[in-house]
Amino acid sequence: MLAFIIRRLAQSVLVMLFVALIAFVIFRYVGDPITSMVGVETRLEDQEIMRDRLGLNDPVVIQFARFIGNALQGEFGISYRLQQPVTELILSRLPATLELAVASALIALVFGVVLGVFTALRPKSFVTAGIMAASLVGVSLPTFLIGIGLIYVFSVELGWLPSFGRGEVVDLGWWRTGLLTESGLKSIILPAITLSLFQLTLIMRLVRAEMLEVLRTEYIRFARARGLTQRAINFGHALKNTMVPVITITGLQLGSVIAFAIVTETVFQWPGVGSLFITSVQVVDVPVMAAYLMFIALVFVLINLIVDILYYVVDPRLRVDGGASGN
Amino acid sequence: MTEPLLSVRGLTVEFPTRHGILTAVEDITLDIMPGEVLGMVGESGAGKSMTGNAIIGLIEPPGRIARGEILLKGQRIDNLPPDEMRAIRGRRIGMIFQDPLTSLNPLYRISDQLVETIRTHLPMSQEAARKRAIQLLDDVGIPDAARRIDDYPHQFSGGMRQRVVIALALCAEPDLVIADEPTTALDVSVQAQIIDVMKQLCADRGAAILLVTHDMGVIAETANRVAVMYAGRIAEIGPVREVIKDARHPYTAGLMGAIPRLGENLDRLQQIPGAMPRLSSIPQGCAFNPRCPKVFDRCRSHRPSLSQAEVGRQVACWLYDGVTEA
Repeated sequence: MLAFIIRRLAQSVLVMLFVALIAFVIFRYVGDPITSMVGVETRLEDQEIMRDRLGLNDPVVIQFARFIGNALQGEFGISYRLQQPVTELILSRLPATLELAVASALIALVFGVVLGVFTALRPKSFVTAGIMAASLVGVSLPTFLIGIGLIYVFSVELGWLPSFGRGEVVDLGWWRTGLLTESGLKSIILPAITLSLFQLTLIMRLVRAEMLEVLRTEYIRFARARGLTQRAINFGHALKNTMVPVITITGLQLGSVIAFAIVTETVFQWPGVGSLFITSVQVVDVPVMAAYLMFIALVFVLINLIVDILYYVVDPRLRVDGGASGN
Repeated sequence: MTEPLLSVRGLTVEFPTRHGILTAVEDITLDIMPGEVLGMVGESGAGKSMTGNAIIGLIEPPGRIARGEILLKGQRIDNLPPDEMRAIRGRRIGMIFQDPLTSLNPLYRISDQLVETIRTHLPMSQEAARKRAIQLLDDVGIPDAARRIDDYPHQFSGGMRQRVVIALALCAEPDLVIADEPTTALDVSVQAQIIDVMKQLCADRGAAILLVTHDMGVIAETANRVAVMYAGRIAEIGPVREVIKDARHPYTAGLMGAIPRLGENLDRLQQIPGAMPRLSSIPQGCAFNPRCPKVFDRCRSHRPSLSQAEVGRQVACWLYDGVTEA
């Protein structure tokens, strides 16, 4: 187990180094950092002095090493646009994105698993046919369209829920949460649903397919032959075996929920990391883009690591310490 | 005369398909006495496993019991509501599957699977059920059962897993155990051990066994009586020794002729020409008639039914029935 975790950690570090290289290349070579920082009136000699002082004339390898050193300390430079440290910017936007991502991942997971199990256990019911058809819509409609549709129905026509923003937030010192106020809770509903729909249908279809597969296995037949109750078979034996691939996909999807919250955040003007990224792209705020890249890569690597460790918890066959005894 | 434990009367299992209805098992009639071992042999697709599945009520849809009835101690069980049938499975009829590598849920400890089964059928506390589970594992010959009980299935070898499966089938003391090819997936070296364990434990508990296999050797050593199946029907049924020594049905005779014996100098094994017909194209008359060396006109037009050849022996063959019309 320990050796496995160490090996996975080493792999993660390698991946992060590679992403850092790409981020560094963007940071250093997309546009000229000096011209982006200073106005056009600055004299060329002054620019040259600045370039020297910032170490932009050093060999590339040393610059890369310095980039990584800074990144390890959470130092990604100053945003060109907002003149604030990039790390501070991202951290201040992070709670909004994480709350949205976790809320929609929960919606997707709960409804995805429930609907998946239901459609697998009642493959011939009309309700199943309806759910499966609706899920096709969920997969194929683009996120922004769903978001706009929801805004139209629930904000414009019915006026039940706010159409943009995060509502009132409470500052806990290190975390600004919108989940403690009524307006905050109301505000998160529409964006969370919008962001979750695609993952929900994906998880549902995956659970259904896996469950149907598992229900055909011999150990399920044997469980029936032992006279176990339908409930124990379906929700104990079958569901547990269904969960292994579901954990992988859900984990990876959580990563993409965070990474691709961009569209949803834009539609609902949600003040998260995604909308920060979009505005940064519009004004070529390279340090923010590079840091965002590193951040998203870190999220994916961490989630992958956690998923791999979860496998160990769920599937005893991966724990090799037991060892089979001979006959 | 004692009442049979299990009585199957005219059992017919059908599978509706796009190309019409396939009859997997037709008109099976047999009795199993308490404590008896009834062997059931036949080629793949002869309907042996399907008969076992029908008895325990586990035919996969769209398959269904079309005709006939199944009685357990005189009570009809083929038309019970699902939940009552479920309560019989594992409690009064246990089942052992062919492949021990796939019959155990890989994500559950052996202890969980045993305790779960015991507590489903018997009113027992967690601790009492666990104690019973350890005892059962000990009975089926798993060394150091008290420690091994918390292992997962993958930590056991194939033979050991089949012992666990036997323990699971027996854990609520059923009256009948259906063993569906219990040794086919195992090493030859452990087959005999598994059969011994199964036979011994059932004998101790007075449980009858329906032993489904294609291995005539296993039947000869284990069973009291044997039913030979061909194309979904019983060709011949009788005491094992008599059927082996003095086969009546030409198919049984062919089967026996195909078994090599020690001390016999044969260059080639005898074989029955042709192959068993597919379910979709069972010939008119006796299903065996195209391959039968003793075929005559009547076999091609009329289907023989199982009839008494002598006391305790029944054969479905016109050779032994000159009188009855079909």
